[in-house]
Amino acid sequence: MEEENKVTLHGTWRSPYAKRVELALKLKAIPFEYVEEDLNNKSPLLLKYNPVYKKVPVLVHNGKPIAESLCIIEYIDETWKNSPQLLPEDRYKRAKVRFWTSFIHQQLYETMLTAMKAAGEAQEKAIKELWEKLQVLEEGMKDIFLNGTPSIISNGSMGILEIVMCSLLGPYKLQEEVLGIKIIDPEKTPLIFSWLEAINELPLVKETAPPSEKTIALLKFVRENALKSSSA
Amino acid sequence: MDEVKLFGFWPSPFSRRVIWALKLKGVNYEYIEEDIPYNKSDLLLQYNPVHKKIPVLVHGGKPIAESLVILEYIDEVWPHNPLLPKDAYERSVARFWAKFIDEKTRTLWEFFQKSGEEQEKAIKNNFEILRTIEEYGLGDKKFFGGDRIGVADLVFGMVIHMLVPLEEVVGVKFIKADTFPRLHAWMKNFSEQPTIKDNVPDHSKVVDFLKTIDFWIGP
Repeated sequence: MEEENKVTLHGTWRSPYAKRVELALKLKAIPFEYVEEDLNNKSPLLLKYNPVYKKVPVLVHNGKPIAESLCIIEYIDETWKNSPQLLPEDRYKRAKVRFWTSFIHQQLYETMLTAMKAAGEAQEKAIKELWEKLQVLEEGMKDIFLNGTPSIISNGSMGILEIVMCSLLGPYKLQEEVLGIKIIDPEKTPLIFSWLEAINELPLVKETAPPSEKTIALLKFVRENALKSSSA
Repeated sequence: MDEVKLFGFWPSPFSRRVIWALKLKGVNYEYIEEDIPYNKSDLLLQYNPVHKKIPVLVHGGKPIAESLVILEYIDEVWPHNPLLPKDAYERSVARFWAKFIDEKTRTLWEFFQKSGEEQEKAIKNNFEILRTIEEYGLGDKKFFGGDRIGVADLVFGMVIHMLVPLEEVVGVKFIKADTFPRLHAWMKNFSEQPTIKDNVPDHSKVVDFLKTIDFWIGP
């Protein structure tokens, strides 16, 4: 039947969460159909597949939908057991990776978004908080990886942590341009800096990144929109 | 040594769900009651330097923080009486609900902290959240996990030992037989499970605690 084994990803190029799932599917070389959703005009299918959040990404496999990017990635890793393994085999390491994935996903994302959408004192506060959290992650890398060296540097492998880092901070140079401040300083957070360099060098990451101008325009739009509504 | 320790705080829903998981699986562990928030032990701060919070599970000397991460770890190390289904799709659904309920039950607290119009808004919001959970999460199942208790049940479990006391202090009731019949039935089924029943903080103790706290013990 048509539905059997068919994989469809509902996403939008604007969403870093959809980007994560796209990376996971492509890393595992899983063929899939991509449906670009217009968030101002969501398809009836999307609303049917994700009635709780009504958001992208949604992965549909064998006609069954899964929402929430991290749930989707774990599903992908459990269903397609080919390399690369996106989460470690060892239970304790897996718990550590889940912990740090959650940290990046919740803490870093939220603070970055606040910094992007705020101005003046509120923005300064958010940026300071972002730097502090990046320091925490920098320290954490020594706990996650042997010698603090991510596996992507030692053996080129990309897993869930790299996926989440890539979707958030892959375009950090563009974010710095829009915000007018330095986010990733090689002197303050050298491990994170080299981690991101290695991630951004991957052909897959380069191929799947939208053109810089498009990303900059989107970041500027998000920022201006937020500033407008906050001062209204 | 493969000894298990749990750092927790008796009224906290986050350590409570870990206690339930360990008890359901019959895992022997040492429980360390932390004096939250003003007197956290050095050990806790050493084991969870990032968030400095409970719960922390320490297994064979190795610490794990974040309750949902801990629950997954427990289920993997002690797979009997599973908290997650075997089927990958069913697992993704269970994880989705555990995350959704975890996220939303954090906002369930707001009606307690607020007053006036903001409180009314928070109360209305709670009804909407519970409606979504009842309709899409629980549906016609006995538990979120199906016939047996699963991770999402342990996460939603905060309603029996925390929401009920919060409601009493504020004077509002959310889950009733006529407002949320299925959630109401769930509360009865969940709280009657022997392991859960024997491991719930005393209701009046929680009420007294809520009336006197001057700090925020929610997330």
